[in-house]
Amino acid sequence: MSRVGRWVTEHAVMAVAMLVLVYMFLPIFYVVLMSFNDQGRLAYEFQGFTLANWEDPCGPSGMCGAVVKSLQIGFLATLGATLLGTLVAFALVRHRFRGRAATSLLIFLPMATPEVVMGSSLLALFTSVGLSGSLGFWSILVAHIMFCLSFVVVTVKARLAGLDSAMEQAAMDLYANEWQTFWRITFPLVFPGIMAAALLSFSLSFDDFIVTNFNHGNTVTFPMYVWGAAQRGIPPQVNVVGTVMFILALALVLGGSLLQRRRPA
Amino acid sequence: MPDLDRDPVPGHAGADLTLTSVTKRFGSFTAVDDLDLVVEQGRFFALLGPSGCGKTTTLRMVAGLEEPTRGTITIAGKDISRLKPYKRPVNTVFQSYALFPHLDIFENVAFGLRRRGVKDVAGQVGRMLELVELGGFGKRRPGQLSGGQQQRVALARALINRPQVLLLDEPLGALDLKLRRQMQIELKRIQTEVGITFVHVTHDQEEAMTMADTIAVMNHGVIEQLGSPGELYDSPATTFVSNFLGQSNLVKAEVVGRDAQDVLVDAHGSRLAAPAVRARRTSGTVWAGVRPEKVHLTGGAGGDGSAPGPGANHLTGGTVSDVSFIGVSTQYLVRMPWGQELTVFEQNSGARDSFRVGDRVDLRWTSEHTFLLDADQDAHAGDESYAALTEGAAT
Amino acid sequence: MSAADTGRRTSRTGYLLLLPGLLWLVVFFLVPTIQLAATSLYDPSGSLDSGYAMTWSFSNYWDALSTFRAPFLRSLLYAAVATVLALVLAYPLAYAIAFKAGRWKNLMLVLVIAPFFTSFLVRTLAWKSILSDNGFVATTLQVLHILGPGGRLLATSVAVVTGLTYNFLPFMVLPLYASLEKIDLRLIEASSDLYADALTSFRKVTLPLSMPGLVAGTLLTFIPAAGDYINAELLGTPRQYMIGNVIDNLFLVQLDYPAAAACSVVLMAAIVVMVLVYVRRAGTEELV
Ligand SMILES: Nc1ncnc2c1ncn2[C@@H]1O[C@H](COP(=O)(O)OP(=O)(O)OP(=O)(O)O)[C@@H](O)[C@H]1O
Ligand SMILES: [Mg+2]
Repeated sequence: MSRVGRWVTEHAVMAVAMLVLVYMFLPIFYVVLMSFNDQGRLAYEFQGFTLANWEDPCGPSGMCGAVVKSLQIGFLATLGATLLGTLVAFALVRHRFRGRAATSLLIFLPMATPEVVMGSSLLALFTSVGLSGSLGFWSILVAHIMFCLSFVVVTVKARLAGLDSAMEQAAMDLYANEWQTFWRITFPLVFPGIMAAALLSFSLSFDDFIVTNFNHGNTVTFPMYVWGAAQRGIPPQVNVVGTVMFILALALVLGGSLLQRRRPA
Repeated sequence: MPDLDRDPVPGHAGADLTLTSVTKRFGSFTAVDDLDLVVEQGRFFALLGPSGCGKTTTLRMVAGLEEPTRGTITIAGKDISRLKPYKRPVNTVFQSYALFPHLDIFENVAFGLRRRGVKDVAGQVGRMLELVELGGFGKRRPGQLSGGQQQRVALARALINRPQVLLLDEPLGALDLKLRRQMQIELKRIQTEVGITFVHVTHDQEEAMTMADTIAVMNHGVIEQLGSPGELYDSPATTFVSNFLGQSNLVKAEVVGRDAQDVLVDAHGSRLAAPAVRARRTSGTVWAGVRPEKVHLTGGAGGDGSAPGPGANHLTGGTVSDVSFIGVSTQYLVRMPWGQELTVFEQNSGARDSFRVGDRVDLRWTSEHTFLLDADQDAHAGDESYAALTEGAAT
Repeated sequence: MSAADTGRRTSRTGYLLLLPGLLWLVVFFLVPTIQLAATSLYDPSGSLDSGYAMTWSFSNYWDALSTFRAPFLRSLLYAAVATVLALVLAYPLAYAIAFKAGRWKNLMLVLVIAPFFTSFLVRTLAWKSILSDNGFVATTLQVLHILGPGGRLLATSVAVVTGLTYNFLPFMVLPLYASLEKIDLRLIEASSDLYADALTSFRKVTLPLSMPGLVAGTLLTFIPAAGDYINAELLGTPRQYMIGNVIDNLFLVQLDYPAAAACSVVLMAAIVVMVLVYVRRAGTEELV
């Protein structure tokens, strides 16, 4: 390697990486900034600093209700998708059954399907069975579980496949029966994967707009609220919610990795 | 599992581990072939053999992690071959240790006791950790220990259950040479202290010889020979054993007669004698074998014809073709008139100047150290350096 | 079985574990998708109120393709450009995290996903501010005469593609990082002895070894980008509308289900064909 080449790979790559990170954080900076915006008529430009938005986060009518709806749906969808997906992952890794290829395809397809197709086809189904009038909380939940499931399967399956089977054999060798082996060894070792899948599901569900837009009936989730507000000019409190979400999630991830560092797996 | 808590009494016969016609096939491949084996209680038993010969498979069948295709396994006369692993009075030290990464050292060691609902877990674990010299490490996680420490945790975790048989699958394989030697001594000490039967799998012949009371040499799924290290070394039963355990010189010879204790053979014109107890064949063509360190070199006067003294074997007309100085000893390669190269180790006692390449030498050894093997067997079976050499030549 | 089983078990349990999850996917994914395909062949003269008749109207496809050719092609083009841009941005980032970050590796990984903790819509609206006519990006570009006076960023293809690139960037970074991280550094060192310059060594060793991540990343970026309509809606104008906008509009505003379904099927088919061709050419194995 020439000296120039070496220098380039040593430093330029890192510099470019830093620039890309700046690009990724640019909107976050704006979200935080706009959460302090003393907003006049122009919703998209910074007018002046104020704490008013933070003091009255639930000011815009319906916004906090939408956040609560999103949290409820996110929680239930995570629960459902994680449970169903984990079972499927265990079946895929630990059991023999017919139709393995078809099963894999069925799990892969939702990840390869554009949301607009998933959302619209689900709406067409609900309409054709005469449910279009009663769409709402339940139909959003059903849809969210559906598109989170595949991601759960893939995440948990990877963790499970990486599990050293000697662990379980050692447990059995040490007088643990199948049940004890599962709950004391297999499950705790796969748990980080299940946790990662749950976090992923929650963020997919909480953030979903497109599929929800087709199947929400009269129920308003936070993304639905923002979409509606964007037509009129968004209230700055939306950025307060965005900032809080960012900080909470960051704290969760950093806290989690700190905990893991304290007690290495 | 009532008999798990019973302390095995060292030397008490009857709690032997017995394998009868045990066979294991994977598809059409036979990994273990009609194996018969008795491991007496309290023994340090080594299962020695090259990679892929079926050692691990044998061990896993005893542990219950693999089901024999055929045959029975008993401990103390009780058939355990169809029992689940957690119902067997057997524990295993896995080659990869398989420590539970999410549990601390204390809980790893306590695992078996807790599953069996034993009381005084804390006391027993504490004593066991002391035994393996890891007192004070209880709160650490496996990832925070060195390889040797992890190995001792794996040992403690198995031993604390006082199994009737402890299975160790190359437990020292992952350690560097120095730590390995140290742990060999350690393991031997612990085994003597607790008096439990150890079945120790290894492919390191030196390890097997220094630690075990009894060694079974395994090859291609069958046991070639079983005996004490001394027996195996001094009178190997097959060319494989003679090469895998140490080194051997094997010279083609014809049986020509016998006297009171010895079988007499003719090797390329020289008359050799071997004790009848060390002759695996007493007629026809044989391999006459002798260990390199048993042979002495004398300056060859070009075949002075002096008859070997009684009880001595003599091969004349050799030429030194290679000399390597190894500190305590010197290793010679001697080319014989019939083209074969024989190996000789001589102590560097300083009694005599060493030979040089090209020197004419005779080989002499006590006939008692000669063994006779079936000439139908491959003279290079089990000779790893030869295998490496021919492989290298082939590519 | 008596001995512990080390391999996979054949048993009813396997089917029982699969059943609820697969049932969910069949009822709420597979059946609707098939239903959608059927809808695309309904008589286009029907309506939601009067009901649709199955007339195998393949002409729906022809109509959809000819009417919405522009948004279709635009979707594929925008998605392709965004994917290439994302790859160009993501590769150095993933490379730096995998090989240069040292003990900051985990922190950098967190930083990659952290921006995506806030809502997709909120982030996209932030881009609307950033790219706005009086925003610093537009004014800077005007000062540099890259953008003409009165030239805009917002409401152009540039804005839409910027948004698409941004929103799906982590889907490119993470798989790339995962496959780069597996590469044995010694391989790269060995190759730098073999090849004279860094570029050849990169092209002959690093790039081929990171291929699985590259393939996964481009698919994970391209697919959602091709179907997206939020970026076109918020950062563009109807002149930048993509096929997602069309489908959304046909389904929810015009209530023309057969046409909407035909568009969905075409989009899906285009993606599946492209994915298959691409995966075959890139030669990667199982995806799930
Ligand atoms: N589950 C399995 N399926 C198929 N073949 C197997 C299986 N387990 C082991 N074998 C084969 O059986 C033979 C014996 O394997 P085993 O693991 O017992 O060897 P070993 O003597 O322990 O070797 P090593 O010293 O390398 O550990 C090998 O040829 C191996 O490939
Ligand atoms: Mg083995």
